[in-house]
Amino acid sequence: MPTAQEIAPLDEAEVAAIRDDFPILRESVRGRPLVYLDSAATAQKPLAVIDAERDYLLHRNAAVHRGAHTLAAEATYEFEEARATVAAFVGADADELVWTSNATEGINLVAYGLSNAATTPGFDGLRIGPGDEIVVTESEHHANLIPWQQLAQRTGARLRYIPVDDDGALRMELLDERVTERTRVLAFAHVSNVLGTIAPVAELVARAHEVGAIVVLDACQSVPHLPVDFRELDVDFAVFSGHKLLGPLGIGALYGRRELLEALPPFLTGGSMITTVTMESAEFLPPPMRFEAGTQRISQAIGLAAAVHYLDGIGMDRVAAHGHALGNRLADGLATIDGVRVLGVGERVGLAGFDLGGVHAHDVGQFLDDRGIAVRVGHHCAQPLHRRLGLTASTRASASVYTTEAEVDFFLEAAADAARFFGVSS
Amino acid sequence: MSSELETLYQQLILDHSRHPDGFGDTTGWAPQSHQINPTCGDDITLALRLDGDRIAEVRWQGSGCAISQASASLLAGLVEGKTVPEALALASAFREVMHSRGRLELDEERFGDAVALNGVSKYLGRIKCAMLGWVALEHAAAGV
Repeated sequence: MPTAQEIAPLDEAEVAAIRDDFPILRESVRGRPLVYLDSAATAQKPLAVIDAERDYLLHRNAAVHRGAHTLAAEATYEFEEARATVAAFVGADADELVWTSNATEGINLVAYGLSNAATTPGFDGLRIGPGDEIVVTESEHHANLIPWQQLAQRTGARLRYIPVDDDGALRMELLDERVTERTRVLAFAHVSNVLGTIAPVAELVARAHEVGAIVVLDACQSVPHLPVDFRELDVDFAVFSGHKLLGPLGIGALYGRRELLEALPPFLTGGSMITTVTMESAEFLPPPMRFEAGTQRISQAIGLAAAVHYLDGIGMDRVAAHGHALGNRLADGLATIDGVRVLGVGERVGLAGFDLGGVHAHDVGQFLDDRGIAVRVGHHCAQPLHRRLGLTASTRASASVYTTEAEVDFFLEAAADAARFFGVSS
Repeated sequence: MSSELETLYQQLILDHSRHPDGFGDTTGWAPQSHQINPTCGDDITLALRLDGDRIAEVRWQGSGCAISQASASLLAGLVEGKTVPEALALASAFREVMHSRGRLELDEERFGDAVALNGVSKYLGRIKCAMLGWVALEHAAAGV
């Protein structure tokens, strides 16, 4: 298989055609054309996604998995088709993909499932407790840190982490010392939401499995930008959100290895996840429905499947090549500006975080907004990583399939002007 | 650059953010208050040295954007020498203008150089930045 670098990035005409599918890109901000470089926070949606949701709501809206009427049957069929489509997109079978509200809920589902194992009859195989260890990394998004802190507090397990070096790279020389026979869970991000760099998944997974630990992958920033196959990566659980994947808000997914999902007790309980209910107790459905209590996000699932079809139409290898090219253009361009520190080293997706000579990220973001450029500023839900890098906040520019080289260049020029305006460079 | 942005980042604001008044170690000072802006992680610890009911000295430390730093710096110059109720009244007037979406302006007689912060009220996302030091002042003074 050719590597991403050998595959041609999208050319100008292709990106122009893609942009026509995203009407929001024609909006103005403060009288300037919108330059949207905040796709890592949430991606814009193509008409195909908006239309799929609208078409479903206009013509087929009904609750799934109940009711004998035609609409309900059609809705159920489409909902499950959407699951199969999104599962196939990440190398999974349909019954291994659980719908969640977002990636955060997916991680909490696993963390609460693990602590519920101690008290759910018939589900104590995954019990976790004192003497056990949970390992994360110092560069995690808060969503992949706090649920594990809380799990440790609830169960008496110990939380440890793999630190990062001055560049934010994982200190892999400490892997064997941190991930040991006591480790039950190793949770880490596939792609850092602050640095845009790709974690050495194979090495981390190999060590975790060597000691019998479960791997939980935060794939929020990888699934939208790289071809991702969870089975090939050999992870046990993985989460991603729909809205970063050109899909609707309010939906995400949890992938789980079949035998682990079967062994995991439920997190949220209620309707639609049971077989037999008495006044005293209930029996649960098998996965994925065991984890989908309550009325589901049907139009969102259908919209997300449309997003996945849209990306498949472009080809994820081309999407990745486009991202790599823009990511490098961003990082290389920023590095030429006096006083700019680009965060993260190594292969990156279409994302670059930076510090502009100590000028606060809010001020940088405000300056860029004045030119219609939307970037993310702040700690990006990763306070420990920022603290380790000696920063309170950083600025992040992130691209997607609809981002052009001209937009990146326009942003770089504005960043250089900001450096001059705030007195970082002359 | 647009004139709106120039209004927001007046030279006076940039100067105050680079060379703030009242900036220093607040260790051991009382009363004091630590405030955080959770969206960006900015923080300010603001402390008062009181002489009876009068604010003899304001000292603060922390990190943040040009707006939050300049606002705290201007605050320090404004409330020193005032009584606690006078300082609280000033804070309340400042808040009203900041939340006015550009409809109100700071009274130059009361606020002096701090009128340079008028532009902030047009930027919804920046009001919290300008308010951070003032909220710390209110909390510190509430303990009096």
